[in-house]
Amino acid sequence: MIELVSVSKTFNPGRHNEYAAVREVSLGFEPGRLTALRGPSGSGKTTLLSLIGLLARPTAGRVRLDGRDVSGLPERFMTELRRAHIGFVFQSFNLIRGLSVLDNVLVPALPTGRPHAQARQRALELLDFLGLGARADHPVQSLSGGEAQRTAIARALINDPQVVIADEPTANLDSELSRQVLGILATLRDQGRTVILSSHDPLVFELGIADRVLAMHDGRLTDA
Amino acid sequence: MIPWLQRHLGLLDYTVAALARRKGRNAGLLAAYTLIVALLASLLLQGEALRATAEDLLAGAPEVVVQRLTAGRHDLMPAERLDALAGLRGVSRVEGRLWGYHFDAAIGANYTLLVPATDAPAPGTARVGAALARARGLAAGDVLSLRTYAGTPLAFRIAGILDEGGELVSADLMLVSEADFRALFNFPAGHYTDLALAVTNPAEVRRVAQKVLERLPDSRVILREEMRRTYASVFDWRQGLLLAVSVVALMAFALLAWDKAAGLSAEERREIGILKAVGWDSGDVMAMKLWEGLLVSLLAFLLGYVLAWVHVFHFDAAVFRPVLQGWSVLYPQFRLAPRVDVMQVATLFCLTVLPYVAATLVPVWRAATSDPDEVLRA
Repeated sequence: MIELVSVSKTFNPGRHNEYAAVREVSLGFEPGRLTALRGPSGSGKTTLLSLIGLLARPTAGRVRLDGRDVSGLPERFMTELRRAHIGFVFQSFNLIRGLSVLDNVLVPALPTGRPHAQARQRALELLDFLGLGARADHPVQSLSGGEAQRTAIARALINDPQVVIADEPTANLDSELSRQVLGILATLRDQGRTVILSSHDPLVFELGIADRVLAMHDGRLTDA
Repeated sequence: MIPWLQRHLGLLDYTVAALARRKGRNAGLLAAYTLIVALLASLLLQGEALRATAEDLLAGAPEVVVQRLTAGRHDLMPAERLDALAGLRGVSRVEGRLWGYHFDAAIGANYTLLVPATDAPAPGTARVGAALARARGLAAGDVLSLRTYAGTPLAFRIAGILDEGGELVSADLMLVSEADFRALFNFPAGHYTDLALAVTNPAEVRRVAQKVLERLPDSRVILREEMRRTYASVFDWRQGLLLAVSVVALMAFALLAWDKAAGLSAEERREIGILKAVGWDSGDVMAMKLWEGLLVSLLAFLLGYVLAWVHVFHFDAAVFRPVLQGWSVLYPQFRLAPRVDVMQVATLFCLTVLPYVAATLVPVWRAATSDPDEVLRA
């Protein structure tokens, strides 16, 4: 369970270009639920996701993981927690060009010290589950948008995280592929994972896959 | 397998895959790096082998040589001085040596003529060095005619060619009988070129030299140790000259490596951002880059050293031979004895591997410590 308590994030504090991206947000995310964040560009969705996903530290407030305050941990410990508990799916896929689909999926598992054969087996299972088994050895730059996003999902799942965070996962996909990706995220939720996504794609909300929809504006949560 | 090892194997695996993505660029870098290492290693290996060969040859040289001086120049040594030194305490043997140089206008080369203390050729015959034999097209049984100082020709039948093993010093050597030597140079009887002394206790060489100077104040004493130092300085000076040139090449390469590393491309920065966002910490990124630097530099070091070894010991250091060995009409041909100096290998390693690893690692540190959420905001 992830919990945010009065969390704020300010960039360039004390400077002329100081900017408060998230203000006083308190939230909890339970396992087996899919939460969708909506809001216009610049509303603070991505920054909030980075705080939930332990990619950034809040300027004020607390982030708790399973009841433990993790917002002040040193980078190494924060990374270990993120690696073990959280998987990320990015808007622009963020795959590493030149590497194969399989190698990309394996990237988060490499520093864990997990046996390579075991990680490879898990990666191949995930690729099969996502319909990419036949593409495992292909370079990622040869993939279609839908395949690239499914590869990114497989990568997010390689360390078997309890929480999956997707930032605008359908932004670069057409409607059919968006449905496919949202379906996969719903399946992950059905498997008991916490799924949090941000989007301003109407399809996300029309499909009704979200258990909860939160709206953001100017860094604050507003009524959905 | 322990997780620590698994982690590094995983990072190494990624590094190899990442290097393979830019085959052309990395192969070019590796080739340039290998050549630099090969250049430096060739110089060091050849210098060391030349010094070693010279030392082996000097091992047979007399411990003390005494020359007579007249007005500060080398003069002939009267035979009676043999007796003056024979009784000197600590001296086990004194020999008069006969040697000199002969300029052969036919090929424009100088020969070193020597009357060996033992096994001297019979009058009318000579044994010659391999380079001299090559230059004059001589084989055993042929006749070589030299012009004496009296202006008359003196013929030598070639009794044999000297062993190539010591060609570094015997290349231009011509061993003749005492009678022929004196006839050729119009060398007065009862005189020698210089005297060679054998010393009973090697620790007393300097003491003996001092006594020689007390007894024969118009002499110059040359110790084997001094000759060794002279050889060493000659090779060191030449090697230093080439090293100075090579260091420029090394610095150019270091600048290239620094430039490559410091100017991390947008693609590399993006990659580091992704790695951090998907769960790598700064230490993982640094370890991966360390592996990258080590893989490239160790491979270049290994390839460069092997290349240098083949160049020096199988192709007789064809590139640096004229500079390191010197110039001559009678060029010695000989195989250098392979010798590895651990300190030298360590120095070369420190000069080539460490700067590259540091040059690639230091700038990466800045990118590796960036916030992992940058990739989300990009």
